[in-house]
This record gives sequence, structure tokens and C-alpha cells, in this order.
Amino acid sequence: MKYIDYMQLNPLERFWYKFKEFFKNLPATLKAFFCAVGKAIKNFALKFAKGVKDFAVGFAQGDIITKLSYFIMGLGNATRGQVIKGIIFFTIEVAYIAFMVFFGGAYLSQFFTLEAATHYETISGGRGGASQKLVYDTYSNQILIYGILAIMATIAFVAVYLASTKSARKCEEIKKAGKKPATFIEEIKELLDSKFHITLLSVPVILICVFVLLPLIFMILMAFTNYDDKNYFSFQWVGFANFAEIFSGSTTGGASMGYTFGNIVLWTLIWAIAATFSNYILGMVVALMINKKGIKLKKLWRTLFVMTIAVPQFVTLLLVSQMIGSSPDSPLNLIISMFTGAPSQFDVQTPLYDGWIARAVVIIINIWIGIPYTILMTTGILMNIPEDLYESARIDGAGPVKSFTKITLPYMLFVTTPHLITTFIGNVNNFNVIYLLTGGGPKTNDYKYGAGKTDLLITLLYKLSVDQQKYGLGAAIGILVFIVCATLSLITFNMTKSAKDEEAFS
Amino acid sequence: MIKSYKLRRGLANTFIYILLAVLGLIWIFPLVWLVLHSFRVDPAGGVPAAAVDHLFPTLEELGFDNYVGLFKDTMFLRWFGNTFFIAVICCIISTLSVLVVAYAFSRLRFKSRKPLINVGMIMGMFPGFMTMIALYYILKMMGLDQTLLGLILCYSAGSGLGYLVMKGYLDTIPHALDEAATIDGANQFQVFYKIILPMAKPMIIYQILTSFIGPWCDFILVRLIMQDNVDNYTVSRGLWMWTEQEYVANGYFRYFLSGAVVVSIPITALFLYMQKYYVEGVTAGGVKG
Repeated sequence: MKYIDYMQLNPLERFWYKFKEFFKNLPATLKAFFCAVGKAIKNFALKFAKGVKDFAVGFAQGDIITKLSYFIMGLGNATRGQVIKGIIFFTIEVAYIAFMVFFGGAYLSQFFTLEAATHYETISGGRGGASQKLVYDTYSNQILIYGILAIMATIAFVAVYLASTKSARKCEEIKKAGKKPATFIEEIKELLDSKFHITLLSVPVILICVFVLLPLIFMILMAFTNYDDKNYFSFQWVGFANFAEIFSGSTTGGASMGYTFGNIVLWTLIWAIAATFSNYILGMVVALMINKKGIKLKKLWRTLFVMTIAVPQFVTLLLVSQMIGSSPDSPLNLIISMFTGAPSQFDVQTPLYDGWIARAVVIIINIWIGIPYTILMTTGILMNIPEDLYESARIDGAGPVKSFTKITLPYMLFVTTPHLITTFIGNVNNFNVIYLLTGGGPKTNDYKYGAGKTDLLITLLYKLSVDQQKYGLGAAIGILVFIVCATLSLITFNMTKSAKDEEAFS
Repeated sequence: MIKSYKLRRGLANTFIYILLAVLGLIWIFPLVWLVLHSFRVDPAGGVPAAAVDHLFPTLEELGFDNYVGLFKDTMFLRWFGNTFFIAVICCIISTLSVLVVAYAFSRLRFKSRKPLINVGMIMGMFPGFMTMIALYYILKMMGLDQTLLGLILCYSAGSGLGYLVMKGYLDTIPHALDEAATIDGANQFQVFYKIILPMAKPMIIYQILTSFIGPWCDFILVRLIMQDNVDNYTVSRGLWMWTEQEYVANGYFRYFLSGAVVVSIPITALFLYMQKYYVEGVTAGGVKG
């Protein structure tokens, strides 16, 4: 397809085209990817070899102080005028060794089995005399998390160590050339100028490593263990067993995980499509009505809708979930009985109709929540559609419906497709609406692990890891969700120009 | 067929007015219900029953008892204080780290820039839920579980990853400005402090407001980290607790209603104020597509 043909497609067709291309090009992409990886490995090996050479040659050719500073970090710096830098290097070395000896090393050695260390303690007393009691010295999750921490610390330390030897060699060279190495103050000044990125990024990167990366690696590794309520204290590596269970059809306890997973994936897709498009189209219609020429009090109408999203979501959702409760006094039943004249006891979470009532209610309430966002989003763009387009359509005899489907919708799709896809991904992961409104119910015996008919993958993940304590299985589902969402995001991201023309404005 | 164009438009507009009014009523109905019922008290002086058989409270049922009780008899004020404290600290940390990361990625050129941007994007695509359990363990090992400090760390430590929107905005500020300043002898820090900061003000305000509102709305992470340490709950967790079965049975639902109104007032005001920034933030980087 030529570029000009591509430009004539509407955004949905474009997305579909990109989507097809993505899979068509997948073999080539993969090949390119592995080639790139191979090249990267080669480059890395070359660089590594050069580094090793520098490292070794520097050691062989250096004087005694440089040689010594390969073992006592910072010695070279300290004796050659960079006292504070030397002290910092030395402190890091001491801290790392202390960390490994007293703490990290023990966990690291158990990392490959994860087996918790236990011993039996004899408890005397009772009528039967002494009895044996199993006592855990360490827990498997501790081993896992501290092991990762120790590995991360080691990588960081190796980097610092290499930097320190390099710095020691450089100091020697500078000294030999008869110059003075940069003072501490000068280096600090450099951190505000040519090395400003280090100053800026170091704190956020450390925080992200500890509070995002570490938990993330922990959870990814957890997907390959049998960590659950039965193996709470001591668990092992199990390879891909969790992924196998997700797709298995075997029925234990009346329901199979494969069936549950398949149905929940299906419902997640239905939900995401219905929620995204209903909000998008209906929101646009309302926005058009508000912005129509001749409609007064525009600001009042807009504020009326926006009020519902300005109130914190947990308030509105908890409120609505109480309002659609099953008791005869809930507002929903009061309104129904106002129309029918008889007291009503309608339960949204009825198991009848295969849970479709609850599903429909969730989608409808999501319209209530979502339309204001669309109004906010689209108002500005809708105003940008040239008025003469509508005028000429009207002269040609098009009604409001026709001009909406032929002018507004294509134009809006053209501009907001990336936003639409982000919303779609947001809806796949829409935890709040489902969890607070129905809690995933109505529950059904067809599904395993207490999952219900309105459960999305993300609420299933929550239920598995928080309520059911099937941590390994939950993490495996999380990884699958990630793969799907990441693929979609990457395709979208490649579609937007802003990713490619990063410097278009500069 | 109605011939007169004016009449037709008048009819269409009337129809739209009616439709908008009906929709507006539907949209605002739950909020009106919330506010009216938060003022509903038992005329006899006791605890009002959880349920009523009429949709809106009658005139003699209205009073301020729920609000007085909310501040006098419950832990609401403490929760409010907790949340305010957390929100202020988070707001400072998050804004600073987002700004700093976005600036470094947008303005500075260094060797590890591209790889770091990619790693950051990939990390942002994992569902946040996955890390919750691990976060709890990490906090527990640090002895920070069930504390406000732990919660603050959870909310703000990873905020540097949300650099995309800010970076998109900074990318639009012309590089010529930096260059001019550099020629005049400014170092990178001065460029950041004296040129970029003032120019990025609207986006910084957006960032400040979103990170301030965040802690008021989260309830999942609080539930996991605070467990049953009621003293350190935030408002959202506390209000959520009051909608649980046993609390509703003990008449706490009225406090949920009044508490929800009290929390909503400042948040709603902030949101209405930041509307325009919100639109800018959401559409930044996307509209160019």
C-alpha cells in the first residue's frame, strides 16, 4: 500500500491496517529484533573486551598505588588530591561488603532454591511431654525479595567499582602529565552543568528502582513460583506451571481455570469495546448539543455534567452502588415502585439471564461516569471543525444524523484515535467501576476462585492475589494483561507522530 | 414538513433544551440525593434509620446532626488531616520528580537517554496492581507498613515514571531559548531554573493539582498498606469502611453521606478550576496523530 492510499483510510481502517501489518511483519520484526540483539551483544562483547583490557592493562601498567586501589577503592583518588572522592569510594566499598557479609549473601545463596530454612524446636510441656514444632528461620518471599535486592546492589556496586578503577587510572595519568586533578568543588560544579542529568535523575531513578522496579521483578519472578496460601512460608520455582494452569481445561472443584479465564477475557473485551464506544459516541452527541448554535447557558450545562467527575470517583461509585442495592428502600427500587405502584425488590446482581443484567447495568453506569470526560475532551476539538462543512451539508439536504455520521465522526476519529486506544486500554484495566459497583458479582459456580460474571481480568488479578492468596497465578495473569496492553500501546505509540518527530518543534 | 427555517430551528432547539434538561437531571440526581440525605436526621432525635421509603427526605427531617456528629463522634477529622498531610507531601515529591525527569529527557542529551526513556515506558505499561503485594512486603521489611510515611513513599516514589505528558509539553518550548541563555553564560541549572520553569507553569500547575487529588481518591493501596490500623486511614478508606455491612447496620451510613459531601467540596472546586489544564494534559501528544 502506498502512502497516499494509506492517507485516505479512516483512522479505524488505519489502525486495522497497522494491526495487520504488525502481525504480517512480525517474522521480519522478530528477525530484525534478534539481529539487533545479536549486534548489541557483539558490540557489548567488544566493549566488554576493551573494558577488560583497559582494566587489566591499567592494573599491569599502573604504579603501586593504582594497583592497590583495585582492592582498596578510592586510594588512588585520595592520595592524589581528590580526598573526598576517595573517601566516598571507600565508604561505598565498605558498605557493600558489610551488606553482603551480614545480610545479602545469605539470601543470595538460597535464591536458586527459594526453600525456606527451617528447624524443629522442642517444646516441652503439655501432657504428652516434649513435642516438635516447625520454626521458620527465613521465609521464601523474604529470600526472593532480598535476593533481588542483593543482585541489584551487586550490579550497582560493580558499576561503581569499574568507575573507581577508571578514576584511579585517570588520576595517575593526570599526575604523570604534571597537572592537578579536578578538585571536589570543580566536580560538583560540573554536576550542575555538563553532567546535570546525573544530578536530576539520580534521586528519581533510585526511588523508582526500589519502589517500582524491585516490586515488578518480584512479581514477575513470582509468576514462576508456586506461591499461594498452601505454600505461604516456603515455595519453590515451578517454571511455567502457572501459565499452564491458566489455559488448562482440567476441572478441579467443579470449575476449570481455563474456562474461567476464557470467559473473563471475553467479557473484558466486550466490556472494553462497549464502554469505550458508548462513552465516545454518546459523549460527543451531548457535547454537540451543548455547543449547538443558539443554545444558551452553555457553561451551566457543561458544569452540570462535569460535576459528576469532579466529585471523587470512589464517592460517586460507592454512592451509586448503594443506590442500586437490592433492598426495597434503595432509590432504584423506590423509583421502580413509583412506576409500577407495587413495592419492588429488584436485585441487579441476579443470577438470572447469565449475569447479563449486572453486565448491562455496569455498562450503563459507566456511561454516566464516562460521558463527562468525553465532553471535556472533545469540546475544544469539536469547535475546530470548520462551520462551512456543516453549512454545505445542510444545503445539500443532510439532516443532523447524516452530518454527524459523515462529518463529525470521521473528523473526530481522525483526531482522537490515539486517545481512543488509550481509553480502551484504560477500560481493560478499569478496576474501580467494576470492583466498587458489583464487586465482580453475581458469583457463579461455573467460575473458579470466587470469580463472578462481571469480573474483568484486572479484578480477577486482585481477587486472586489479595482475597484468594494465589499470588503465583495472579502474577501470571498480570503478565498476560501486560503483554496485551503493551502490544496495543506500542502500535498506538508508533501511530502518533509525536513519538517520531520528537524534535519537530525545536 | 415545516417550511420556515426559523421555526424549525426553534423547534430543534426546544427539543435539545428538553433533552439536556432531562439528561442533566439524571446526571445530577445522585449528587442531589447525596447532599439532601446527608442533611437527613431523625426528627425524634435518635439515629435515623438506614433506609427510607421515600426518595427524598421531607422538610422536618432536615438538620445538621450528621455533620456535627461527623466531626465530634467519628475519626473523620483525623482521617482528613492524614489525607491532607499525605497529599501535600506527595504533591511536592511527585511534581519535583516528574519535572526533573521530564526536563532531563526533553532537554539534556546524554548517552543513556534513549534506553532510559524506553525502560520507563515499558515499566509504565505493567498494571499497577501487580506491584501492590510486593510493595507491601517491602514496606513491611522496612518497618514502614501501616504508617503514613510508607503510604507517601508508595504514592510518590514511582511518580517520576509519569513524565510523558510533561515531556511532551517541554518539547514544545523552543530550544533556541536554551541556546541563547547558554551563549549568555548560563549553565544547565540556570537554564532549567530561570527559563524552563517559568515557561512550563501551566503544566506544572496541572501536575500539582493531579498529584494533590490522587491520594484523596485512592482506596485500594490504603486498604492493603494500612490493614486495620484505623488511626492512619485516609478519608477514602474510612468512608469505604462505613459502607461495609456492619457499619451500615450501626447507622454509619449517614456519616458516609456527610463525610462524602465534606471531602467532595474541596476536590470538586480544585477539579473545576483545573478543567482547562486537564484537557491540555490529556490531549498533549495525542492530538498530533
